[in-house]
Amino acid sequence: MRRFNLGYFIKEGFTSIFSHGLMSFAAVCMIVACLIIMGSFSLLAVNVDNMLSQLEEENEFLAFIDEDYTESQISALMEQVRRLDNVGEVKFITREQAKADYLKGHETEGLYVNLPDEVLRDRLSIHVIDLERFSETVETVKNMPGVANYRAANEVAEGFVAVRNAVTALAMVLVGILALVSLFIISNTTRLAAFARREEIAIMKMCGATDGFVRWPFIVEGLILGLMGAVLAFLLQWAVYTAVSGALLKNGGGDLLTLMDFKALWKRVLAVFLASGAAIGALGSGFAIRKFLQV
Amino acid sequence: MIRLIDVHKEYDNGTKALKGINLRIDDGEFVFLVGPSGSGKSTIVKLLTGEVTASRGRVIVNGYNLNNIRRWQIPHMRRTLGVIFQDFRLIEKKTVQGNLEFAMRTVGASGREMRKRIPYVLDLVGLDSKEDAYPNEMSGGEQQRVAIARALVNNPKMIIADEPTGNLDPRRSLEIMTLLERINAMGTTMLVVTHERDLVNRFSKRVVAIKDGELIRDGQGGYYRA
Repeated sequence: MRRFNLGYFIKEGFTSIFSHGLMSFAAVCMIVACLIIMGSFSLLAVNVDNMLSQLEEENEFLAFIDEDYTESQISALMEQVRRLDNVGEVKFITREQAKADYLKGHETEGLYVNLPDEVLRDRLSIHVIDLERFSETVETVKNMPGVANYRAANEVAEGFVAVRNAVTALAMVLVGILALVSLFIISNTTRLAAFARREEIAIMKMCGATDGFVRWPFIVEGLILGLMGAVLAFLLQWAVYTAVSGALLKNGGGDLLTLMDFKALWKRVLAVFLASGAAIGALGSGFAIRKFLQV
Repeated sequence: MIRLIDVHKEYDNGTKALKGINLRIDDGEFVFLVGPSGSGKSTIVKLLTGEVTASRGRVIVNGYNLNNIRRWQIPHMRRTLGVIFQDFRLIEKKTVQGNLEFAMRTVGASGREMRKRIPYVLDLVGLDSKEDAYPNEMSGGEQQRVAIARALVNNPKMIIADEPTGNLDPRRSLEIMTLLERINAMGTTMLVVTHERDLVNRFSKRVVAIKDGELIRDGQGGYYRA
């Protein structure tokens, strides 16, 4: 005698879906809705994170060096800064270079042209790796001997980090809530299906069916509903993302925003949707059927 | 083989359904379990099928001690039993063949095993030409034969028939009881729960009578009196 009949379970799963088509349709719609909301917030979080990563790449601050420092002391200071774990690149800028950079765009203004080199200090341009530790890194460098002053846009960096953290937290909370809602809906659909077939289940159990044998067709049903919902949600998500990002960029958002192309994201989105749909479907059904196995 | 040793059953609502039942049914026996409504007959059936557990005492069914049986062992214990109900409990949307396949698939039988076993069992119960009929196209007697075939199809050691003739007229009841007697003669232990006095008295079998949860009579070739 065979123990596991996959073909039978799949056939029973499909039969059950069509035997209460309306509830199945409602379950798929709810999974689609939940996945799209989850997906939209996740994509928003991904885009914010991506923009922040780009900002991080450009993120640096200046540490002005004490005028009395000799060349060898400056080299030692640079090495000390470079050794900090949140520091990427350290560039030494002489006061002459700094003045030249400063004068770019002010070439015609006599006041600046006659500015003596000594007005400006030698400086280190320090690139920070993790924006979240920006202030901490600035604080460490600031307190190093030889650093006379510094210039850093702490508020901007902290603002971006706060936005990213808020969006990520919101996305996670929403994903959690919507996953629970989807589980509840799938669970109810399965419960109705199981209720309609309670007599059959009782007969199966009386004939010696194991819990697994009774449970599997329902899990397969939930799995199919979850996967159907995932595929539909993916297609809709694609359309919605393309439309919304297109509209944002067209209406002047292009100057401020760098949105990722869906083509760069679709594999991840599809994988997450399929995994979420399958998990929601299978788990929801698994929970729902438990009560009916107590025969 | 069934053994009930000083079995008590008290439900959560305080009802004392069984009060110290002792009973032994050996392999190959044919036993009528009789008693008025509410006497505890159904509780005994539920204890034997593992639907409820005894509050006190020991219950042994075909080698399984139901007092400490593991949950995963219950299906295996049930495969040693065939259960027949008063209301047949057939699946209306499946044909006769479909109902039997359903029971066999439940225990993991292959298509080959089904093709071999089902015609044999249908022939045994006198329904060899009805495999494609649906339950609602059949008489009560025929439906009960399908239920008997379903109980037999997995080749159990014992059949428990819970009021198998309760929904049938006297002539069909006699036919069904005769069929059960024939199956018993082929080696399957038979426990028939009934309160149909005439039918019990017509067959000279062992009769176990219970009343108010207590065993009041147990005799071979017994006679069922009210």
